[in-house]
Amino acid sequence: MAELRALVAVKRVIDFAVKIRVKPDKTGVVTDGVKHSMNPFCEIAVEEAVRLKEKKLVKEVVAVSCGPTQCQETIRTALAMGADRGIHVEVPAAEADRLGPLQVARVLAKLAEKEKVDLVLLGKQAIDDDCNQTGQMTAGLLDWPQGTFASQLTVEGDKLKVEREIDGGLETLRLKLPAVVTTDLRLNEPRYATLPNIMKAKKKKIEVIKAGDLGVDLTSKISVVSVEDPPQRTAGVKVETTEDLVAKLKEIGRI
Amino acid sequence: MSACGRLLRSAARSCRALAAFTSSRRPLRTSPSGRAFAKELFLGRIEKEAVFPFPEVSQDEFDEISQFVGPVEKFFSEEGQRSTVSARDSAWDLRASVDSRRIDLEGKIPNETLEKLKSLGLFGMQVPEEYGGLGLSNTMYARMGEIIGLDASIAVTLAAHQAIGLKGIILVGSEEQKAKYLPRLASGEHVAAFCLTEPASGSDAASIQTRATLSDDKKHFILNGSKVWITNGGLANIFTVFAKTKVDEADGSSKDKITAFIVERDFGGVTNGKPEDKLGIRGSNTCEVHFDNTQVPVENVLGEVGGGFKVAVNILNSGRFSMGSTVAGMLKKIIEMTAEYACTRKQFNKPLSEFGLIQEKFALMAQKAYVMESMAYLTAGMLDQPGFPDCSMEAAVVKVFSSEAAWQCVSEALQILGGSGYMRDYPYERMLRDSRILLIFEGTNEILRMYVALTGLQHAGRLLTARVKELKHGNVATIMETISRRLWDTLGRNVDMGLTGKLGAVHPSMADSAVKLEENVYYFGRTVETLLIRFGKTIVEEQMVLKRVANILINLYAMTAVLSRASRSIRSGLCNHDHEVLLANTFCTEAYYQNLLALSQLDKYSPENVDEQIKKLSRQILEKRAYICAHPLDRTS
Repeated sequence: MAELRALVAVKRVIDFAVKIRVKPDKTGVVTDGVKHSMNPFCEIAVEEAVRLKEKKLVKEVVAVSCGPTQCQETIRTALAMGADRGIHVEVPAAEADRLGPLQVARVLAKLAEKEKVDLVLLGKQAIDDDCNQTGQMTAGLLDWPQGTFASQLTVEGDKLKVEREIDGGLETLRLKLPAVVTTDLRLNEPRYATLPNIMKAKKKKIEVIKAGDLGVDLTSKISVVSVEDPPQRTAGVKVETTEDLVAKLKEIGRI
Repeated sequence: MSACGRLLRSAARSCRALAAFTSSRRPLRTSPSGRAFAKELFLGRIEKEAVFPFPEVSQDEFDEISQFVGPVEKFFSEEGQRSTVSARDSAWDLRASVDSRRIDLEGKIPNETLEKLKSLGLFGMQVPEEYGGLGLSNTMYARMGEIIGLDASIAVTLAAHQAIGLKGIILVGSEEQKAKYLPRLASGEHVAAFCLTEPASGSDAASIQTRATLSDDKKHFILNGSKVWITNGGLANIFTVFAKTKVDEADGSSKDKITAFIVERDFGGVTNGKPEDKLGIRGSNTCEVHFDNTQVPVENVLGEVGGGFKVAVNILNSGRFSMGSTVAGMLKKIIEMTAEYACTRKQFNKPLSEFGLIQEKFALMAQKAYVMESMAYLTAGMLDQPGFPDCSMEAAVVKVFSSEAAWQCVSEALQILGGSGYMRDYPYERMLRDSRILLIFEGTNEILRMYVALTGLQHAGRLLTARVKELKHGNVATIMETISRRLWDTLGRNVDMGLTGKLGAVHPSMADSAVKLEENVYYFGRTVETLLIRFGKTIVEEQMVLKRVANILINLYAMTAVLSRASRSIRSGLCNHDHEVLLANTFCTEAYYQNLLALSQLDKYSPENVDEQIKKLSRQILEKRAYICAHPLDRTS
């Protein structure tokens, strides 16, 4: 039964409670001295993997992150939540800024093959770039089935039943393993990494490798031209009656 | 013993010391253990090595602290749960967190919250790893305190459990006692409480009346008595209880001495009263605990029979410094909350932040937070040194400063919000009520001031007595030294204790403040000597004099801490270090002038000193136990 092995990808992002500020030179947002933590959807992915392990459906959970040295903190959090070991794909800080979903997907695809995993779990999107592409691209590169926006996951032998939240409602898919799943909000409630578990996690291994070791090319065909604040919200106008409202809307050409 | 033999022996000793020195990774303290920092200030000496440079933790420890802080902060923050949530994603905010308002209203901490705290590992932070705890150093414990202090009831519950309730077992417990009790205390399966105070014995702890008599078969102590205001009294099943026992002295007489015991609720005869209805920290359980013929096995004596008072003092001293970081954590949060308000609320067409009296409050809060943070972590760093350094004076200083700063700053924060601050919808009134207890428990600030002043004076007194004896015996060197020093003083010499200059411990940007500190310390030492000569042993009675001595010492330690910390910040290139330098210099200037005033009030015929008048006034009031002035409208017809 417990033959499955899972790879969980986690991303270190600016903490969701932080007020984002754009850098004056418009090349990005301020990250120096700003609080970072694990992407909330990645937390849900780790939680799901650990739960599968606790149900004895998965034998080993490997956590992976791509980026500069600080990524190891995020991997450690995954280990404290219950992952067995970690892999840090080291990318120097300057290059890491240009890492996009395609590059990460290439890395994950290679790792999935190298580590011979049956399940790749990711968050549906990262809260910094909101791309919502990495999971899909990884599945494409591996030519594996994918279940995205998962709100429920059940293992049925060598198949995976995935319930997805889509605009029209809920869709249920059955995927043949190996597969890629991206997690959505209502899949589970991630556990806190307790301090005793953090201490135990210190003994777990994190392997550090480079993208080159996997034969992955990190060059990107996309470059960021400028990053700017969204326009300030202008004041609204109050009207007295519905007729006034309709008239106003016609006036500004909205209807 | 021949001189030759003595020479050889001392040579051998120094060789061994040298070998030990070079082989150890951390430099050994070459000064005797009694010479802590604060005590030496009473002699006009700054023990630079003790406080410069500001203590640092290893990179490993720093990484570990950062890892720990994350989950605990997440658990304690309420805002996190409610932001960036769309209507569709409302399931997000179901994560249990700390609802301080509810805890205060209901007068208890919900069980789920307590269970989460236990599973996070927060019930055994300083319990050694081998007994199931986290084995945190004092520095790390102080860091965690910053987060836990965001809810006062939880902070007090946890502190009563581990900083005092079970601390005795860690400090003086036998291996058997540690192995038996610590694991379940660390996991939170058992909760601990510290039982010293009685209805008639608060500050005067030595006068407790609870008795423990040895049974006839000498296998048990029978415990009888009542304790009052015991935090966790209703939740705990393990109590550290202090009781009077009869101890046989060497000369055949017997005396009543205090002994510490580990008492399990299961021993029988242990009951507790209903929770007290308190002004603040209402979520923390405080009640009476009664012992009625409780059988305590002799194996449960903590430390030595008759050595209980020392155990109590050591326990209380060991946890005291963390109040500094706990309060600093709370103040930092308050500054954020009130700054948000001050910058958005407008009156007279300007945001409040542009008015001087509001700006002053922010400078005050930041300054106080900076000082207590610096003192707390300096003290924690000293305590984390190998050997068992005695930092009880420094810890007492941290406690007095932070408790009073908390009360003052929360009040000012409430003031910034004006009428809104007074409303229960906002957390300020609760935080004000919660912080009032800080000046009372863990040793009242009055007692701690007396303790700090008297301990220092005693230390200085011992050396002074030695010197006076030498003077009386006509020791020429001492006489010359004393005369020349008196001469220097009258000529007004410049003091230099090595804090400033090219090789100075303090960074040049704070040279002025360092000079002020050195000057204060020098005159403090001289004043202490004068006081001892003037009062001798009767100084114990002169509380108002002692109060000033203590206040000066508190300022001196504070000035040292901020100068040490800011120097390190600059030299390490931490961000906003120029702001720190500004804070440090501002504080030192204010403290310097406060000290000068206090020092001048300590002069014998000082006109600023109204102590005698104060004593007379209070005598007249307390005689009649009322305000005795005639009413302003009274007439004599």
